[in-house]
Amino acid sequence: MTKCLLLSMNEWRTRHEPAVPTVETVHLQVGAFTCVEPDQLVFTWEAAVRGSWLDGARLAIEPVPLVGRCVLCSSTYAPSAEQGYRSPCCEHPMEEIVSGRELRIRSVDYTLTSTPLAVANAS
Amino acid sequence: MHMPLEDTLGLNLLAANQHQAEHNRAHFDAWKLLCLNVMSSPGAGKTSLLEHTITALANDLEMAVLEGDMTTQLDAQRLEAVGVPVVPITTGRACHLDAAMVSGGLSLLQQRLDPASLDLLWVENVGNLVCPAEFEVGEHRKVALLSVTEGDDKPLKYPVMFREADCVLITKTDLLPYLPVDLQRFEAHIREVNPRCTVLPVSAINGDGLEAWYRWVLSSCAALLADPSPSVLVPA
Repeated sequence: MTKCLLLSMNEWRTRHEPAVPTVETVHLQVGAFTCVEPDQLVFTWEAAVRGSWLDGARLAIEPVPLVGRCVLCSSTYAPSAEQGYRSPCCEHPMEEIVSGRELRIRSVDYTLTSTPLAVANAS
Repeated sequence: MHMPLEDTLGLNLLAANQHQAEHNRAHFDAWKLLCLNVMSSPGAGKTSLLEHTITALANDLEMAVLEGDMTTQLDAQRLEAVGVPVVPITTGRACHLDAAMVSGGLSLLQQRLDPASLDLLWVENVGNLVCPAEFEVGEHRKVALLSVTEGDDKPLKYPVMFREADCVLITKTDLLPYLPVDLQRFEAHIREVNPRCTVLPVSAINGDGLEAWYRWVLSSCAALLADPSPSVLVPA
């Protein structure tokens, strides 16, 4: 997952060529109904960016709760494994997920320098 | 002078993998080739299921397999033995296949045959109920296996995998007489996290349920051929 995030950030960097963005913070939204553990992602991120163009960039994770919508009565609810993810109102299976599947790079805080990319790669 | 900036991206964290997966799927569509991503925990019966399915459908479909495993080529050898081209993808320490690995496997497959001559490409993922659920490889449909020996609570404990699946096979049903489990509870828990998927109880040992599974595979291939627009089988 960290490798994939780095690849996505590399793609983003190419938008700014030939300038080089110095990233202060990468803001992520991570849903509760995903296979990502936020603490583990922060831990591996810090190790993975060391020595790279993202060295020193902080990862800020906004957790997004799992919210379902009952398709029978349209009310939203917090599905739980203990309740079999069913809606408490109508006991209906979790058909519609309103939030909780987010794995999103919401925004990046950065500054731009005019250093040519080749130099940035070498450093 | 440095100006503090902020890019509002709304970009998927897995964007790089997603782009490669879409690239793979565009190739599959151009080749009119259905790609099924088969996932489960280790030992749920993916390879046995593929051995039986490939043998049974050999007269109906031209098939090949991309076989993902962390180490060894044991499963790849088993599937080669049933007469299909198999490309092993050894992931090392990675617990799932990603789109780039599948792209590499496709390149190796292309050295052996023309993919346009195939009807169906099986991707047998690494045995794991967590990460493969998040990493698309370009498949048209996801198939998840859950064996009756694993317990009926697994869809609740690993909900993302079963939520994402288009078809869930409850495997090893020949063992039901020897286990204190209830098949209906397996199906009920799968439907709680995914009311829309197809659920099929099967046994590769006694053949129970396999005909229904073969029909599902054939109808998926037929759906791709009937409407080859790129989005037709892409999971929502």
